[in-house]
Amino acid sequence: MSLFFSIVGRDLRLSLRHGADTLAALLFFVITAALFPLAIGPAPETLARLAPGIIWVCALLAALLPLDRLFGADFDDGTLDQLLLAGLPSALVALAKALSHWLVTGVPLLLVAAPVGLMLNIDPDTLPVLLLGLLPGTALLSLFGSLGAALVLGARRGGVLLPLLVLPLAAPVLIFGVAAADATAISQDPTAPLLFLAALFAGALPLCPLAAGAGLRSAAE
Amino acid sequence: MALEIDRIVAVRGERVVFGPLSHCVAQGGAALLVGPNGSGKSTLLRILAGLGRIEAGAVRWMGEDTLADRAAHGARVAYVGHLDAVKPALTARENLGAGAEAGLAAMALDHLADEPVRFFSAGQKRRLALARLVCREAAIWLLDEPTLGLDTASVARFGDMLARHRAAGGVVLAATHLPLPLPDAMELRLG
Repeated sequence: MSLFFSIVGRDLRLSLRHGADTLAALLFFVITAALFPLAIGPAPETLARLAPGIIWVCALLAALLPLDRLFGADFDDGTLDQLLLAGLPSALVALAKALSHWLVTGVPLLLVAAPVGLMLNIDPDTLPVLLLGLLPGTALLSLFGSLGAALVLGARRGGVLLPLLVLPLAAPVLIFGVAAADATAISQDPTAPLLFLAALFAGALPLCPLAAGAGLRSAAE
Repeated sequence: MALEIDRIVAVRGERVVFGPLSHCVAQGGAALLVGPNGSGKSTLLRILAGLGRIEAGAVRWMGEDTLADRAAHGARVAYVGHLDAVKPALTARENLGAGAEAGLAAMALDHLADEPVRFFSAGQKRRLALARLVCREAAIWLLDEPTLGLDTASVARFGDMLARHRAAGGVVLAATHLPLPLPDAMELRLG
């Protein structure tokens, strides 16, 4: 257990040292979301209607940005070998990496989503449901993302392949996340889509690290 | 025999790199892998670490198949590859993690402990990578060209490290083209 958290702690420390890289995903999220009012016009009703979808899509894309380096940096400098020899099953190494991705990218996105939502004139009743959906949603993106990043590790042009692998996996997350927020906007009960998100999370939590761990092993071979 | 290599065959792509290869190393023993470039020295070390794939045969530690539980085997192994596996943004102490003090002392890096590694020279980074061996408290040391870029004083310190490790019953396997401070090491010729 202490080994697991030492991997997470080390990654968090590295993210703090490389502050600019860490902030990049967050700024990307804010800027892409800010482009929508420019593109579709500043009409408050239109923006309020589209706000949950805009936030979800932007969060999805922003979460992809740091994935390339999630294992790539460790693979390039030999740290991945040391991680695999740390005495942890490779699935737990992958889970530790997914957790650090979520803490470094997912949680900040969650925090910034509220002000960005207000900027897009989101309905005040919809905002809490949107954030509630983003909580498992961002964690799912980290899990799927770590899976994709482990699979393309060592492949030529892996960075291009990665979104092609991860985005289809993330489609159900997007659908249920936006469905929950939209249900609230038309005064319906958002419980069902939120439960679907939770179920996806419950399935991905054990399965994604197992697959990612196998990907790490084969990349090291 | 502590470490037993039993008729292993390594294949890369369609080509047999080496094998079948058998060798034994007793506790406190050392083996020096020698052979021309491309003869599979690094491949063998990665296989022994449980990182590489073998087509046939088995590697056993104390009679136990090392591939049966790769995580447990990983904890027994300290591996120094071609890459130093150090993070430039972290200090020397942070790079080593648990047990850093012993490692820093063994490689005489105490005075640089809180210096970020991006200010280190190539040789100092190598010393840091070797210092990790001491921190790991692992029984099997697998070294791939460990002394590349080291000064003579550091090679001597590294020799002390190796001697202490072997006196404590540890096993050393090293691939190298440079003379290593490993007295009475058996030679394992590849290629």
